Amino acid sequence: MDQYEHSVQLDRNKCTGCTTCLHHCPTEAIRIRDGHAVIDQDRCIDCGECIRKCPHNAKRAVSSRLESMKRFRYKVALPAPSLYGQFNNMDDVDYILDGLLKIGFDEVFEVAKAAELVSAYTRRYMQADGVPKPLISSACPVILRLISLMYPSLEDHVLHMLPPMEVAADLARKKVKKEHPELTDSEVGICFISPCPAKVSYVRNNFGGYQSKVDEVVAISDIYFRLLDVMKPENQVQAMSDTGLTGIGWAGSGGESTALLNEDYLAADGIENVNRVLEEIENGNISHVKFVELNACPGGCVGGVLTVQNPFIAKARLRSVSRCLPMAANFPDPSEEYIPAEFMFDEMPAYVPVSRLSPNFAESMRMMSEIQRIRATLPGIDCGACGAPTCRAHAEDAVRAGKRTVSCPFAETMGGSRK
Amino acid sequence: MEGFISTVSGAISSKNMSEPLVFHFEVDGSDFTSAGTASVTVKKNLRQLGLPSEVIRKLSIAMYEGEINMVIHAEGGTADVIVTEEYIDIILKDQGPGIPDVDLAMQEGYSTATAQIHSLGFGAGMGLPNMKRYSDEMKIDTVLGVGTTVSMRIYIR
Repeated sequence: MDQYEHSVQLDRNKCTGCTTCLHHCPTEAIRIRDGHAVIDQDRCIDCGECIRKCPHNAKRAVSSRLESMKRFRYKVALPAPSLYGQFNNMDDVDYILDGLLKIGFDEVFEVAKAAELVSAYTRRYMQADGVPKPLISSACPVILRLISLMYPSLEDHVLHMLPPMEVAADLARKKVKKEHPELTDSEVGICFISPCPAKVSYVRNNFGGYQSKVDEVVAISDIYFRLLDVMKPENQVQAMSDTGLTGIGWAGSGGESTALLNEDYLAADGIENVNRVLEEIENGNISHVKFVELNACPGGCVGGVLTVQNPFIAKARLRSVSRCLPMAANFPDPSEEYIPAEFMFDEMPAYVPVSRLSPNFAESMRMMSEIQRIRATLPGIDCGACGAPTCRAHAEDAVRAGKRTVSCPFAETMGGSRK
Repeated sequence: MEGFISTVSGAISSKNMSEPLVFHFEVDGSDFTSAGTASVTVKKNLRQLGLPSEVIRKLSIAMYEGEINMVIHAEGGTADVIVTEEYIDIILKDQGPGIPDVDLAMQEGYSTATAQIHSLGFGAGMGLPNMKRYSDEMKIDTVLGVGTTVSMRIYIR
């Protein structure tokens, strides 16, 4: 497979090899080797869990710097709705949008606007015949990658709607083209202001063959202080924001579902909870709800690791920001019959069986039985001292490497356990 | 379907085949929230074996329903999953009350679960029917007051 370019990376100098990330990685992508964490690029889903948990700040999310936008003549900012929840004593979104212009952007297009359109089209999509039940949201890029690596049987359940970021990029580009016909395509740069490292990876890796219309993804945390510098209460700001509370609501878990105006939904956030829900869907146990919204980050996008504010405080701020707003301010053209193609993506990325032991079934069986044999010799305390997250993973690593025995610091004193 | 159980042990001795893999689980009947953990583990193992996702899906649903049944009706039991190169068997054994009328129990919507179970969203009377639907062969051995063994087979090819 092509090398997947990840946002989540390790600063080797800061890493002490402490095993904290090892125990929290939802895809068991991390091992400790030679005293430092190593991330398996094939398994990493850029969820940011290791960044959140690392006590030494040795994990970081690499995103573009604002300076990378200098190469474009006309710079468009796409602020994520979660940006609106980052500022104290601020109940008018226009100050933020104005701030984005002041720090160098020529135009701002709110992703919340696109989110309202995506919601409207999703409502339309759900009325069609033969819609799988439940339909799984496609907005969180971590979930899409998780499904493509771990839950191939659920690919048909995924709503094939592009995320609001992509729809916003498309609409922004069209708007600029109309208003500034003198600009060429390559002179217009689209920059997503992101709470999320997985959005960086999504844009860079042509998800499922889809070429992103976003040029750069800059972290909220990267522009936060620059925005604070220019956002002054005494500023006279133009009325620019054009979104309702459902668009802004997408920043938090449950927001996307609320915008569907349908009670038959379920919203889960936090990667562990998400995994449990996906298991339940696979077991056929969640067929009574129509829509499942899944966010890898606790609290939803406001919990993204590229944000600045505590997610719960951010959610409270979003409520005060959207208090006096209408339900929605953006609606699709009522003359359209179905959903425009530019709102949809064609295919989920091909299933990559990252956990498969061998392409040959009989060989996989032999390896599995060897894993069971070795696993039974290990104490089962999943301490991480060997560098693998669990005794089971340690046995797996050994068998994959063709080893017959393993080194465990406690096997001799504690013995094996079959459990 | 006669002698279905014995073919399981028969497969173990058959020649020119890999040794069957056996996954054994104790299903804890005291804790509703842990029901379904065995099927999650089996699913992970089967993915590592590289089985087609349709097989994995069928197996995990059949096994999950069986696990829930054991917790609701029989205070738990044991689950064994036996993987050969041609098929997968799931053997669910409990020492519960037994099923008085198997034909009735197989009817969709028929349930003896308590109101409490219903309030948890279970007991829709789809357990055994779903197990039959998602397995290729199914056999129920039940003795009142002694227990029930449900054996399911899913073919890989």
